[in-house]
Amino acid sequence: MALGDLSSSSSSTSELHVLAVDDSIVDRKVIERLLRISACKVTTVESGTRALQYLGLDGDKGSSGLKDLKVNLIVTDYSMPGLTGYELLKKIKESSAFREIPVVIMSSENIQPRIEQCMTEGAEDFLLKPVKLADVKRLKELIMRGGEAEQEKTSNLISPKRILQNNIFFFIIFFIITITIIFIV
Amino acid sequence: MNTVVAKLQRQFQDYLVSLYQQGFLDNQFTELRKLQDEGTPDFVAEVVSLFFDDCSKLINSMSRSLERPENVDFKQVDSGVHQLKGSSSSVGARRVKNVCISFKECCDVQNREGCLRCLQQVDYEYKMLKTKLQDLFNLEKQIVQAGGAIPQVNIN
Repeated sequence: MALGDLSSSSSSTSELHVLAVDDSIVDRKVIERLLRISACKVTTVESGTRALQYLGLDGDKGSSGLKDLKVNLIVTDYSMPGLTGYELLKKIKESSAFREIPVVIMSSENIQPRIEQCMTEGAEDFLLKPVKLADVKRLKELIMRGGEAEQEKTSNLISPKRILQNNIFFFIIFFIITITIIFIV
Repeated sequence: MNTVVAKLQRQFQDYLVSLYQQGFLDNQFTELRKLQDEGTPDFVAEVVSLFFDDCSKLINSMSRSLERPENVDFKQVDSGVHQLKGSSSSVGARRVKNVCISFKECCDVQNREGCLRCLQQVDYEYKMLKTKLQDLFNLEKQIVQAGGAIPQVNIN
């Protein structure tokens, strides 16, 4: 279907579609502008629950048709009423459809155990609020580079280096067998 | 014509610098100004407007929570202070943010009197900032109407 083609081709262009989650209207406006100025498409939602609804992860199959563009990055506040940013992160990483999407946590509090907990759960990065333009620029580069690295990984599967590496293994086995035979004889 | 614009620009610059020097604003306000351009000339004004609405709403709800001495919902007040501290930090409202720090401390030890004082202070500070920024935005309008550009101001 045409709409399906549209969404898959837009994910291969250099423009990221970011889903920003924050319960503060002030912060939503700021992060939206920061991302737009960094040439990203932005969708903002006010809660973790809304984020799951947007992604179609809330169990209500009917809502998954609402999103028109693939999400390339999720940026979420940590402290939110209802579902916290950490809980949202967990739900996303538990989902087979969305676990590949990088998730970045934002927080006004620099609490080391909290940061570690999020990174352990699979967060891509942790931003300290208030978020600045330099933070978003750095983040975008990180995400874009991550995308390029994924492409490189798959294209290197059939490289001369790989063939040699695979064959060295066999040469070593052959050599060991030969030596063993010589010893026996 | 040129001197009118130059004079307004100088006035704007001096006023903005004074707001930083008097501690009303911090670096985050500078960051917000960076996000404004000809395409979005009202961005900063819009963000601070949202902030002031937020202040008003939060102060009202915290005031209700602190009203009856025998039944203070400190959890609700703490949540309000946290939100206020967050948004003031996001717009660079330094004085408001600093009051929130003291406010949180009063909340942590469940000091109702202290909380009421902080509430009063935060109310005063946000209204003061609102007036100051209104004057700043008016200067901006005058510069634009006189055909000039808003100066980039470097705060050291």
